[in-house]
Amino acid sequence: MNAGLPILRLGDILLGGLLSDLDDKTALAFTDELTARIANEGIRGVIVDISRLEIIDSFVARVLMQLAGTGRLLGTRMIVAGMRPAVALTLTELGLQLTGVRTALNAEQAMELLGWRRPVEAAEEAPHAS
Amino acid sequence: MLGTDDSQVRTVLARVLEEDRSALARDWAGPEAGDGSHELRREAAELLAALRNAVTGTLPVSRIVDQDPAVRDALTSLSERRARAGAQPSATAMAILALKRTMLGAIERHTDDSALRYRAALLANELLDSAGVLTFEVYSAGRERIIREQHNQMLELSTPVVRLWRHVLAVPLIGTLDSARTQVVMNSLLESIQANEARVAIIDITGVPTVDTAVAHHLLQTVSAVRLMGAECVISGIRPSIAQTITQLGIDLSHIVTRGSLADALATAMQLLGDSARPVTG
Amino acid sequence: MLPDERTTPSGEHPVRVEEDLLSARHAVRAAAVAAGFSIVDQTKIVTAASELVRNAYIHGGGGTMTVESVRDSGGRRGIRLQVRDEGPGIADVEQAMTDGFSTGAGLGHGLGGTRRLVDDFDLDTEPGRGTTVTVVRWKP
Repeated sequence: MNAGLPILRLGDILLGGLLSDLDDKTALAFTDELTARIANEGIRGVIVDISRLEIIDSFVARVLMQLAGTGRLLGTRMIVAGMRPAVALTLTELGLQLTGVRTALNAEQAMELLGWRRPVEAAEEAPHAS
Repeated sequence: MLGTDDSQVRTVLARVLEEDRSALARDWAGPEAGDGSHELRREAAELLAALRNAVTGTLPVSRIVDQDPAVRDALTSLSERRARAGAQPSATAMAILALKRTMLGAIERHTDDSALRYRAALLANELLDSAGVLTFEVYSAGRERIIREQHNQMLELSTPVVRLWRHVLAVPLIGTLDSARTQVVMNSLLESIQANEARVAIIDITGVPTVDTAVAHHLLQTVSAVRLMGAECVISGIRPSIAQTITQLGIDLSHIVTRGSLADALATAMQLLGDSARPVTG
Repeated sequence: MLPDERTTPSGEHPVRVEEDLLSARHAVRAAAVAAGFSIVDQTKIVTAASELVRNAYIHGGGGTMTVESVRDSGGRRGIRLQVRDEGPGIADVEQAMTDGFSTGAGLGHGLGGTRRLVDDFDLDTEPGRGTTVTVVRWKP
Protein backbone atom coordinates (compact mmCIF):
# COMPACT_ATOMS: atom_id res chain seq x y z
CA MET A 1 0.00 0.00 0.00
CA ASN A 2 1.32 3.39 -0.93
CA ALA A 3 1.35 6.18 1.63
CA GLY A 4 0.57 9.29 -0.42
CA LEU A 5 3.44 11.44 -1.63
CA PRO A 6 4.19 14.10 1.00
CA ILE A 7 3.34 17.70 0.22
CA LEU A 8 4.87 20.49 2.30
CA ARG A 9 3.66 24.02 2.67
CA LEU A 10 5.89 27.09 2.92
CA GLY A 11 3.83 30.22 3.26
CA ASP A 12 1.55 30.24 0.22
CA ILE A 13 3.73 27.80 -1.70
CA LEU A 14 3.31 24.04 -1.85
CA LEU A 15 6.29 21.79 -2.37
CA GLY A 16 5.89 18.16 -3.41
CA GLY A 17 8.09 15.55 -4.99
CA LEU A 18 7.61 12.69 -7.42
CA LEU A 19 9.33 9.39 -6.77
CA SER A 20 10.78 7.05 -9.34
CA ASP A 21 8.18 4.35 -9.04
CA LEU A 22 5.17 6.41 -9.89
CA ASP A 23 2.00 4.44 -10.56
CA ASP A 24 -1.42 5.61 -11.69
CA LYS A 25 -2.97 5.55 -8.25
CA THR A 26 -0.19 7.54 -6.60
CA ALA A 27 -0.13 10.10 -9.41
CA LEU A 28 -3.87 10.56 -9.17
CA ALA A 29 -3.79 10.95 -5.38
CA PHE A 30 -0.96 13.47 -5.67
CA THR A 31 -2.78 15.50 -8.30
CA ASP A 32 -6.03 15.43 -6.35
CA GLU A 33 -4.43 16.55 -3.11
CA LEU A 34 -2.48 19.34 -4.78
CA THR A 35 -5.55 20.61 -6.59
CA ALA A 36 -7.68 20.56 -3.45
CA ARG A 37 -5.08 22.37 -1.38
CA ILE A 38 -4.44 24.98 -4.07
CA ALA A 39 -8.12 25.82 -4.02
CA ASN A 40 -8.62 25.65 -0.26
CA GLU A 41 -5.45 27.19 1.10
CA GLY A 42 -4.97 30.17 -1.19
CA ILE A 43 -1.83 28.78 -2.77
CA ARG A 44 -0.10 30.91 -5.35
CA GLY A 45 2.84 28.68 -6.21
CA VAL A 46 3.52 24.96 -6.50
CA ILE A 47 6.92 23.33 -6.83
CA VAL A 48 7.08 19.73 -8.03
CA ASP A 49 10.49 18.26 -7.39
CA ILE A 50 11.45 15.66 -10.00
CA SER A 51 15.08 15.17 -9.00
CA ARG A 52 14.36 11.54 -8.06
CA LEU A 53 12.90 10.68 -11.47
CA GLU A 54 15.27 8.56 -13.54
CA ILE A 55 13.01 8.70 -16.56
CA ILE A 56 10.09 10.78 -17.74
CA ASP A 57 7.82 8.78 -20.03
CA SER A 58 4.60 9.94 -21.69
CA PHE A 59 2.62 9.07 -18.57
CA VAL A 60 4.68 11.29 -16.26
CA ALA A 61 4.86 14.01 -18.90
CA ARG A 62 1.07 14.03 -19.08
CA VAL A 63 0.74 14.19 -15.30
CA LEU A 64 3.04 17.21 -15.21
CA MET A 65 1.36 19.01 -18.08
CA GLN A 66 -2.09 18.41 -16.63
CA LEU A 67 -1.00 19.63 -13.23
CA ALA A 68 0.38 22.80 -14.77
CA GLY A 69 -2.82 23.34 -16.71
CA THR A 70 -5.03 22.81 -13.69
CA GLY A 71 -2.85 25.07 -11.59
CA ARG A 72 -2.98 27.82 -14.15
CA LEU A 73 -6.77 27.68 -14.24
CA LEU A 74 -6.76 28.05 -10.47
CA GLY A 75 -4.42 31.02 -10.67
CA THR A 76 -1.32 29.23 -9.40
CA ARG A 77 2.17 29.10 -10.88
CA MET A 78 3.62 25.65 -11.10
CA ILE A 79 7.31 24.97 -11.42
CA VAL A 80 8.93 21.61 -12.05
CA ALA A 81 12.36 21.46 -10.44
CA GLY A 82 15.44 19.28 -10.62
CA MET A 83 15.27 17.51 -13.95
CA ARG A 84 18.30 15.25 -14.39
CA PRO A 85 20.58 15.92 -17.40
CA ALA A 86 20.00 12.42 -18.83
CA VAL A 87 16.26 12.95 -18.64
CA ALA A 88 16.49 16.39 -20.28
CA LEU A 89 18.59 14.89 -23.08
CA THR A 90 16.09 12.06 -23.58
CA LEU A 91 13.09 14.39 -23.69
CA THR A 92 14.93 16.56 -26.20
CA GLU A 93 15.60 13.57 -28.42
CA LEU A 94 11.92 12.71 -28.17
CA GLY A 95 11.09 16.20 -29.33
CA LEU A 96 9.04 16.81 -26.23
CA GLN A 97 8.52 20.41 -25.17
CA LEU A 98 6.65 19.91 -21.88
CA THR A 99 4.51 22.85 -22.98
CA GLY A 100 3.06 24.98 -20.29
CA VAL A 101 5.47 23.69 -17.68
CA ARG A 102 8.00 26.08 -16.20
CA THR A 103 11.22 24.47 -15.03
CA ALA A 104 13.91 25.33 -12.51
CA LEU A 105 17.26 23.73 -11.79
CA ASN A 106 16.36 22.91 -8.21
CA ALA A 107 13.79 23.65 -5.51
CA GLU A 108 15.79 26.63 -4.26
CA GLN A 109 15.81 28.34 -7.65
CA ALA A 110 12.14 27.50 -7.99
CA MET A 111 11.46 29.29 -4.72
CA GLU A 112 13.35 32.35 -5.98
CA LEU A 113 11.30 32.29 -9.17
CA LEU A 114 8.17 32.36 -7.06
CA GLY A 115 9.44 35.47 -5.35
CA TRP A 116 10.46 33.83 -2.11
CA ARG A 117 13.38 35.67 -0.60
CA ARG A 118 15.50 34.30 2.20
CA PRO A 119 14.56 35.98 5.49
CA VAL A 120 17.91 37.85 5.87
CA GLU A 121 16.43 40.16 8.43
CA ALA A 122 15.44 37.24 10.63
CA ALA A 123 18.15 37.98 13.17
CA GLU A 124 17.08 41.56 13.56
CA GLU A 125 13.38 40.89 13.68
CA ALA A 126 11.60 41.25 16.97
CA PRO A 127 10.20 37.95 18.27
CA HIS A 128 6.57 37.33 17.40
CA ALA A 129 4.02 38.03 20.03
CA SER A 130 2.96 34.73 21.54
CA MET B 1 30.59 -29.75 -49.62
CA LEU B 2 28.42 -32.82 -50.16
CA GLY B 3 28.95 -35.42 -47.53
CA THR B 4 31.45 -33.51 -45.42
CA ASP B 5 28.96 -32.38 -42.86
CA ASP B 6 28.04 -35.78 -41.45
CA SER B 7 28.31 -37.00 -37.91
CA GLN B 8 31.35 -39.22 -38.41
CA VAL B 9 33.41 -36.29 -39.63
CA ARG B 10 32.12 -34.02 -36.92
CA THR B 11 33.01 -36.66 -34.35
CA VAL B 12 36.61 -36.69 -35.53
CA LEU B 13 36.80 -32.92 -35.34
CA ALA B 14 35.22 -32.90 -31.90
CA ARG B 15 37.77 -35.45 -30.72
CA VAL B 16 40.62 -33.39 -32.08
CA LEU B 17 39.30 -30.26 -30.42
CA GLU B 18 38.84 -32.10 -27.14
CA GLU B 19 41.88 -34.33 -26.86
CA ASP B 20 44.41 -32.07 -28.52
CA ARG B 21 43.15 -28.99 -26.76
CA SER B 22 46.36 -28.09 -24.94
CA ALA B 23 48.56 -28.77 -27.94
CA LEU B 24 46.33 -26.57 -30.06
CA ALA B 25 46.31 -23.81 -27.46
CA ARG B 26 50.07 -23.98 -27.11
CA ASP B 27 50.53 -23.72 -30.85
CA TRP B 28 48.16 -20.79 -30.96
CA ALA B 29 50.00 -18.91 -28.23
CA GLY B 30 53.39 -20.23 -29.33
CA PRO B 31 54.76 -18.03 -32.13
CA GLU B 32 53.60 -14.90 -30.36
CA ALA B 33 54.74 -15.99 -26.94
CA GLY B 34 56.09 -13.56 -24.42
CA ASP B 35 54.24 -11.47 -21.87
CA GLY B 36 50.89 -12.16 -23.45
CA SER B 37 51.15 -15.91 -23.84
CA HIS B 38 49.01 -16.64 -20.77
CA GLU B 39 46.29 -14.41 -22.15
CA LEU B 40 46.64 -15.95 -25.60
CA ARG B 41 46.36 -19.45 -24.19
CA ARG B 42 43.18 -18.53 -22.34
CA GLU B 43 41.83 -16.97 -25.51
CA ALA B 44 42.57 -20.11 -27.47
CA ALA B 45 41.03 -22.33 -24.80
CA GLU B 46 37.80 -20.33 -24.91
CA LEU B 47 37.60 -20.51 -28.67
CA LEU B 48 38.47 -24.19 -28.88
CA ALA B 49 35.93 -25.12 -26.20
CA ALA B 50 33.24 -23.16 -28.01
CA LEU B 51 34.13 -24.77 -31.33
CA ARG B 52 34.10 -28.22 -29.79
CA ASN B 53 30.65 -27.71 -28.33
CA ALA B 54 29.35 -26.32 -31.58
CA VAL B 55 30.75 -29.19 -33.62
CA THR B 56 29.01 -31.73 -31.38
CA GLY B 57 25.79 -29.73 -31.71
CA THR B 58 23.23 -29.65 -34.46
CA LEU B 59 24.08 -26.45 -36.36
CA PRO B 60 25.39 -27.07 -39.87
CA VAL B 61 29.11 -26.30 -39.89
CA SER B 62 28.62 -23.57 -42.48
CA ARG B 63 26.50 -21.68 -39.95
CA ILE B 64 28.43 -22.25 -36.75
CA VAL B 65 30.48 -19.06 -36.87
CA ASP B 66 27.42 -16.99 -37.78
CA GLN B 67 24.95 -18.43 -35.38
CA ASP B 68 26.56 -20.13 -32.42
CA PRO B 69 26.60 -17.52 -29.64
CA ALA B 70 29.59 -18.92 -27.76
CA VAL B 71 31.77 -19.20 -30.87
CA ARG B 72 30.78 -15.74 -32.00
CA ASP B 73 31.46 -14.25 -28.60
CA ALA B 74 34.87 -15.90 -28.37
CA LEU B 75 35.89 -14.67 -31.82
CA THR B 76 34.49 -11.22 -31.20
CA SER B 77 36.27 -10.74 -27.87
CA LEU B 78 39.49 -11.99 -29.33
CA SER B 79 39.29 -9.56 -32.25
CA GLU B 80 38.30 -6.61 -30.15
CA ARG B 81 41.10 -7.22 -27.69
CA ARG B 82 43.64 -7.27 -30.49
CA ALA B 83 42.12 -4.21 -32.13
CA ARG B 84 42.46 -2.30 -28.88
CA ALA B 85 46.05 -3.43 -28.56
CA GLY B 86 46.66 -1.92 -32.01
CA ALA B 87 47.42 -5.17 -33.81
CA GLN B 88 47.36 -5.33 -37.61
CA PRO B 89 44.07 -6.67 -39.02
CA SER B 90 45.81 -9.46 -40.81
CA ALA B 91 47.49 -10.66 -37.63
CA THR B 92 44.26 -11.91 -36.11
CA ALA B 93 43.14 -13.60 -39.29
CA MET B 94 46.59 -15.16 -39.60
CA ALA B 95 46.32 -16.49 -36.08
CA ILE B 96 43.08 -18.26 -37.03
CA LEU B 97 44.69 -19.68 -40.14
CA ALA B 98 47.65 -20.87 -38.12
CA LEU B 99 45.16 -22.72 -35.97
CA LYS B 100 43.94 -24.37 -39.14
CA ARG B 101 47.42 -25.72 -39.86
CA THR B 102 47.66 -27.15 -36.39
CA MET B 103 44.21 -28.72 -36.62
CA LEU B 104 44.95 -30.38 -39.92
CA GLY B 105 48.06 -31.92 -38.38
CA ALA B 106 46.03 -33.17 -35.42
CA ILE B 107 43.34 -34.64 -37.70
CA GLU B 108 45.98 -36.70 -39.45
CA ARG B 109 47.07 -38.12 -36.14
CA HIS B 110 43.52 -39.08 -35.22
CA THR B 111 42.61 -41.23 -38.18
CA ASP B 112 44.29 -43.35 -40.83
CA ASP B 113 41.20 -43.40 -43.01
CA SER B 114 42.25 -41.10 -45.84
CA ALA B 115 38.72 -40.38 -47.02
CA LEU B 116 37.76 -39.40 -43.47
CA ARG B 117 40.90 -37.32 -43.14
CA TYR B 118 40.09 -35.51 -46.32
CA ARG B 119 36.52 -34.78 -45.33
CA ALA B 120 37.52 -33.69 -41.81
CA ALA B 121 40.15 -31.39 -43.28
CA LEU B 122 37.55 -29.81 -45.58
CA LEU B 123 35.25 -29.24 -42.66
CA ALA B 124 37.93 -27.72 -40.47
CA ASN B 125 38.92 -25.55 -43.40
CA GLU B 126 35.41 -24.28 -43.90
CA LEU B 127 34.95 -23.63 -40.21
CA LEU B 128 38.14 -21.72 -39.68
CA ASP B 129 37.90 -19.74 -42.90
CA SER B 130 34.58 -18.31 -41.82
CA ALA B 131 36.09 -17.61 -38.39
CA GLY B 132 38.91 -15.68 -40.01
CA VAL B 133 36.48 -13.59 -42.02
CA LEU B 134 34.48 -12.76 -38.93
CA THR B 135 37.54 -11.63 -36.99
CA PHE B 136 38.43 -9.30 -39.80
CA GLU B 137 34.93 -7.79 -39.85
CA VAL B 138 34.91 -7.35 -36.10
CA TYR B 139 38.38 -5.87 -36.20
CA SER B 140 37.37 -3.19 -38.70
CA ALA B 141 34.23 -2.32 -36.84
CA GLY B 142 36.19 -2.24 -33.59
CA ARG B 143 38.82 0.12 -35.00
CA GLU B 144 36.11 2.38 -36.38
CA ARG B 145 34.54 2.52 -32.95
CA ILE B 146 37.84 3.35 -31.32
CA ILE B 147 38.43 6.13 -33.80
CA ARG B 148 34.96 7.46 -33.10
CA GLU B 149 35.53 7.31 -29.36
CA GLN B 150 38.82 9.16 -29.66
CA HIS B 151 37.12 11.69 -31.90
CA ASN B 152 34.45 12.23 -29.25
CA GLN B 153 37.06 12.64 -26.56
CA MET B 154 38.75 15.27 -28.68
CA LEU B 155 35.44 16.99 -29.22
CA GLU B 156 34.92 17.14 -25.49
CA LEU B 157 38.33 18.67 -24.95
CA SER B 158 37.79 21.19 -27.69
CA THR B 159 34.43 22.23 -26.33
CA PRO B 160 35.12 23.59 -22.86
CA VAL B 161 32.35 25.01 -20.74
CA VAL B 162 33.50 28.25 -19.18
CA ARG B 163 32.21 29.87 -16.01
CA LEU B 164 31.85 33.48 -17.06
CA TRP B 165 30.19 34.68 -13.90
CA ARG B 166 28.34 33.28 -10.96
CA HIS B 167 25.43 31.32 -12.45
CA VAL B 168 26.50 32.13 -16.01
CA LEU B 169 28.20 29.59 -18.25
CA ALA B 170 29.52 29.99 -21.78
CA VAL B 171 30.30 27.41 -24.44
CA PRO B 172 32.40 28.57 -27.39
CA LEU B 173 31.54 26.31 -30.30
CA ILE B 174 34.30 25.97 -32.84
CA GLY B 175 33.85 24.12 -36.08
CA THR B 176 30.80 22.46 -37.54
CA LEU B 177 27.96 21.56 -35.23
CA ASP B 178 27.09 18.03 -36.28
CA SER B 179 25.18 15.32 -34.44
CA ALA B 180 28.20 13.94 -32.63
CA ARG B 181 29.42 17.29 -31.42
CA THR B 182 25.92 18.31 -30.37
CA GLN B 183 25.62 15.26 -28.13
CA VAL B 184 28.98 16.03 -26.54
CA VAL B 185 28.14 19.70 -26.07
CA MET B 186 24.71 19.03 -24.60
CA ASN B 187 26.12 16.46 -22.21
CA SER B 188 28.92 18.72 -20.93
CA LEU B 189 26.71 21.77 -20.79
CA LEU B 190 23.89 20.14 -18.84
CA GLU B 191 26.26 18.53 -16.35
CA SER B 192 27.95 21.89 -15.91
CA ILE B 193 24.66 23.69 -15.41
CA GLN B 194 23.81 21.26 -12.66
CA ALA B 195 27.24 21.40 -11.02
CA ASN B 196 27.42 25.21 -11.09
CA GLU B 197 23.73 25.91 -10.48
CA ALA B 198 23.88 28.06 -13.55
CA ARG B 199 20.83 30.05 -14.59
CA VAL B 200 22.10 31.25 -17.96
CA ALA B 201 24.06 29.39 -20.63
CA ILE B 202 25.63 31.40 -23.43
CA ILE B 203 26.33 29.45 -26.59
CA ASP B 204 28.81 31.34 -28.72
CA ILE B 205 28.77 30.39 -32.37
CA THR B 206 31.43 32.83 -33.60
CA GLY B 207 33.57 29.84 -34.51
CA VAL B 208 30.86 28.00 -36.40
CA PRO B 209 31.52 28.62 -40.11
CA THR B 210 28.05 28.01 -41.53
CA VAL B 211 24.57 27.72 -40.15
CA ASP B 212 22.26 25.62 -42.28
CA THR B 213 19.02 23.88 -41.30
CA ALA B 214 20.90 20.96 -39.73
CA VAL B 215 23.08 23.20 -37.57
CA ALA B 216 20.06 25.30 -36.61
CA HIS B 217 18.26 22.11 -35.59
CA HIS B 218 21.16 21.10 -33.35
CA LEU B 219 21.26 24.54 -31.79
CA LEU B 220 17.55 24.44 -31.11
CA GLN B 221 17.91 21.01 -29.53
CA THR B 222 20.61 22.33 -27.25
CA VAL B 223 18.48 25.31 -26.25
CA SER B 224 15.58 22.98 -25.59
CA ALA B 225 17.61 20.75 -23.30
CA VAL B 226 19.03 23.72 -21.39
CA ARG B 227 15.54 25.09 -20.83
CA LEU B 228 14.25 21.77 -19.54
CA MET B 229 16.87 22.05 -16.83
CA GLY B 230 15.46 25.43 -15.88
CA ALA B 231 18.22 27.59 -17.30
CA GLU B 232 17.95 30.20 -19.99
CA CYS B 233 19.97 30.21 -23.16
CA VAL B 234 21.55 33.08 -25.04
CA ILE B 235 23.10 32.49 -28.43
CA SER B 236 25.90 34.89 -29.24
CA GLY B 237 28.24 35.40 -32.14
CA ILE B 238 25.60 35.73 -34.80
CA ARG B 239 27.42 37.48 -37.60
CA PRO B 240 25.40 39.60 -40.06
CA SER B 241 25.94 37.03 -42.82
CA ILE B 242 24.69 34.22 -40.58
CA ALA B 243 21.69 36.30 -39.55
CA GLN B 244 20.85 36.72 -43.23
CA THR B 245 21.24 33.02 -43.98
CA ILE B 246 19.01 32.07 -41.07
CA THR B 247 16.31 34.47 -42.20
CA GLN B 248 16.57 33.31 -45.81
CA LEU B 249 16.29 29.67 -44.78
CA GLY B 250 13.11 30.57 -42.93
CA ILE B 251 14.44 29.23 -39.63
CA ASP B 252 12.49 30.62 -36.71
CA LEU B 253 14.69 31.66 -33.83
CA SER B 254 12.26 34.25 -32.51
CA HIS B 255 11.77 32.43 -29.22
CA ILE B 256 15.51 32.40 -28.52
CA VAL B 257 17.57 35.26 -27.14
CA THR B 258 20.35 36.06 -29.57
CA ARG B 259 23.13 38.63 -29.51
CA GLY B 260 25.87 39.59 -31.94
CA SER B 261 28.77 39.57 -29.50
CA LEU B 262 29.76 37.67 -26.38
CA ALA B 263 29.97 40.95 -24.48
CA ASP B 264 26.38 41.76 -25.33
CA ALA B 265 25.37 38.23 -24.39
CA LEU B 266 27.01 38.58 -20.99
CA ALA B 267 25.24 41.88 -20.36
CA THR B 268 21.95 40.23 -21.28
CA ALA B 269 22.75 37.31 -19.00
CA MET B 270 23.29 39.69 -16.07
CA GLN B 271 19.94 41.26 -16.82
CA LEU B 272 18.30 37.87 -16.88
CA LEU B 273 19.81 37.04 -13.51
CA GLY B 274 18.48 40.23 -12.02
CA ASP B 275 15.04 39.70 -13.51
CA SER B 276 14.68 36.11 -12.42
CA ALA B 277 11.13 36.63 -11.24
CA ARG B 278 9.91 37.97 -14.55
CA PRO B 279 9.25 36.04 -17.77
CA VAL B 280 11.99 36.23 -20.40
CA THR B 281 11.29 37.93 -23.71
CA GLY B 282 13.51 37.83 -26.81
CA MET C 1 13.71 -8.11 -40.02
CA LEU C 2 16.71 -7.56 -37.80
CA PRO C 3 19.16 -10.05 -39.31
CA ASP C 4 22.57 -9.46 -37.90
CA GLU C 5 22.08 -10.03 -34.23
CA ARG C 6 23.30 -12.74 -31.97
CA THR C 7 21.83 -13.15 -28.55
CA THR C 8 22.78 -14.38 -25.12
CA PRO C 9 20.28 -15.99 -22.74
CA SER C 10 17.28 -13.71 -22.42
CA GLY C 11 14.97 -12.48 -19.70
CA GLU C 12 11.24 -12.78 -20.12
CA HIS C 13 9.01 -10.57 -18.04
CA PRO C 14 5.25 -10.70 -17.73
CA VAL C 15 3.34 -7.47 -18.15
CA ARG C 16 0.06 -8.25 -16.41
CA VAL C 17 -0.31 -5.98 -13.40
CA GLU C 18 0.82 -2.47 -12.63
CA GLU C 19 3.81 -3.63 -10.59
CA ASP C 20 5.12 -5.40 -13.69
CA LEU C 21 5.70 -2.03 -15.34
CA LEU C 22 8.14 -1.24 -12.58
CA SER C 23 10.00 -4.55 -12.72
CA ALA C 24 10.21 -4.28 -16.48
CA ARG C 25 11.92 -0.90 -16.21
CA HIS C 26 14.34 -2.22 -13.61
CA ALA C 27 15.18 -5.23 -15.77
CA VAL C 28 15.95 -3.06 -18.79
CA ARG C 29 18.01 -0.69 -16.65
CA ALA C 30 20.03 -3.62 -15.33
CA ALA C 31 20.61 -5.00 -18.82
CA ALA C 32 21.72 -1.60 -20.11
CA VAL C 33 24.13 -1.19 -17.20
CA ALA C 34 25.53 -4.66 -17.81
CA ALA C 35 26.03 -3.82 -21.48
CA GLY C 36 28.08 -0.81 -20.50
CA PHE C 37 25.67 1.87 -21.71
CA SER C 38 26.24 5.46 -20.57
CA ILE C 39 23.68 6.98 -18.20
CA VAL C 40 22.13 8.90 -21.06
CA ASP C 41 21.81 5.84 -23.28
CA GLN C 42 20.44 3.84 -20.35
CA THR C 43 17.80 6.51 -19.80
CA LYS C 44 16.81 6.41 -23.44
CA ILE C 45 16.30 2.66 -23.66
CA VAL C 46 14.52 2.49 -20.29
CA THR C 47 12.18 5.29 -21.38
CA ALA C 48 11.44 3.41 -24.61
CA ALA C 49 10.77 0.25 -22.60
CA SER C 50 8.45 2.13 -20.28
CA GLU C 51 6.38 3.31 -23.24
CA LEU C 52 6.18 -0.12 -24.82
CA VAL C 53 5.15 -2.02 -21.71
CA ARG C 54 2.65 0.62 -20.75
CA ASN C 55 1.08 0.28 -24.19
CA ALA C 56 0.88 -3.48 -23.81
CA TYR C 57 -0.64 -3.07 -20.36
CA ILE C 58 -3.18 -0.39 -21.25
CA HIS C 59 -4.04 -1.14 -24.87
CA GLY C 60 -3.02 -4.74 -25.26
CA GLY C 61 -4.65 -6.30 -22.25
CA GLY C 62 -1.28 -7.30 -20.86
CA GLY C 63 1.60 -9.16 -22.48
CA THR C 64 5.25 -10.10 -22.18
CA MET C 65 8.54 -8.26 -22.46
CA THR C 66 11.81 -9.87 -23.41
CA VAL C 67 15.12 -8.10 -22.89
CA GLU C 68 18.34 -9.43 -24.37
CA SER C 69 21.91 -8.37 -24.77
CA VAL C 70 22.92 -8.65 -28.42
CA ARG C 71 25.93 -8.25 -30.68
CA ASP C 72 25.88 -7.35 -34.35
CA SER C 73 28.16 -8.68 -37.07
CA GLY C 74 30.68 -5.96 -36.28
CA GLY C 75 30.82 -6.92 -32.62
CA ARG C 76 28.86 -3.90 -31.48
CA ARG C 77 26.86 -4.45 -28.29
CA GLY C 78 23.22 -3.58 -27.91
CA ILE C 79 20.01 -4.14 -25.99
CA ARG C 80 17.08 -5.72 -27.76
CA LEU C 81 13.55 -5.40 -26.38
CA GLN C 82 10.51 -7.20 -27.59
CA VAL C 83 7.08 -6.47 -26.17
CA ARG C 84 4.25 -8.76 -27.23
CA ASP C 85 0.59 -8.57 -26.43
CA GLU C 86 -2.43 -10.52 -27.58
CA GLY C 87 -4.70 -7.54 -27.56
CA PRO C 88 -6.86 -6.06 -30.28
CA GLY C 89 -3.91 -5.07 -32.47
CA ILE C 90 -3.46 -1.60 -33.92
CA ALA C 91 -5.92 -0.68 -36.64
CA ASP C 92 -4.43 2.67 -37.61
CA VAL C 93 -0.67 2.33 -37.51
CA GLU C 94 -0.04 5.85 -38.73
CA GLN C 95 -2.12 7.29 -35.92
CA ALA C 96 -0.37 5.09 -33.42
CA MET C 97 3.01 6.35 -34.56
CA THR C 98 2.08 9.90 -33.62
CA ASP C 99 3.40 11.21 -30.36
CA GLY C 100 1.62 10.20 -27.23
CA PHE C 101 4.00 12.70 -25.71
CA SER C 102 2.78 15.85 -27.31
CA THR C 103 -0.87 14.92 -27.77
CA GLY C 104 -1.89 15.82 -24.26
CA ALA C 105 -5.45 14.80 -24.91
CA GLY C 106 -5.73 11.15 -25.91
CA LEU C 107 -3.62 8.43 -24.41
CA GLY C 108 -2.00 7.70 -27.77
CA HIS C 109 0.48 4.94 -28.38
CA GLY C 110 3.51 7.21 -28.39
CA LEU C 111 5.30 4.88 -30.75
CA GLY C 112 6.71 7.74 -32.79
CA GLY C 113 8.60 9.05 -29.80
CA THR C 114 9.77 5.59 -28.87
CA ARG C 115 11.08 5.10 -32.36
CA ARG C 116 13.27 8.18 -32.00
CA LEU C 117 14.88 6.71 -28.90
CA VAL C 118 16.04 3.50 -30.53
CA ASP C 119 18.14 2.51 -33.52
CA ASP C 120 16.16 -0.41 -34.92
CA PHE C 121 12.37 -0.49 -34.72
CA ASP C 122 9.91 -3.11 -35.91
CA LEU C 123 6.14 -3.06 -35.45
CA ASP C 124 4.18 -6.22 -36.17
CA THR C 125 0.47 -5.80 -35.68
CA GLU C 126 -2.91 -6.60 -37.14
CA PRO C 127 -6.42 -6.04 -35.83
CA GLY C 128 -7.39 -9.18 -33.94
CA ARG C 129 -3.86 -10.55 -33.87
CA GLY C 130 -2.17 -8.57 -31.15
CA THR C 131 0.94 -6.46 -31.36
CA THR C 132 4.66 -7.14 -31.19
CA VAL C 133 7.14 -4.31 -31.05
CA THR C 134 10.84 -5.11 -31.33
CA VAL C 135 13.49 -2.45 -30.78
CA VAL C 136 17.26 -2.38 -30.51
CA ARG C 137 19.51 0.32 -29.15
CA TRP C 138 23.20 -0.09 -29.96
CA LYS C 139 26.10 1.08 -27.89
CA PRO C 140 27.79 3.76 -30.01
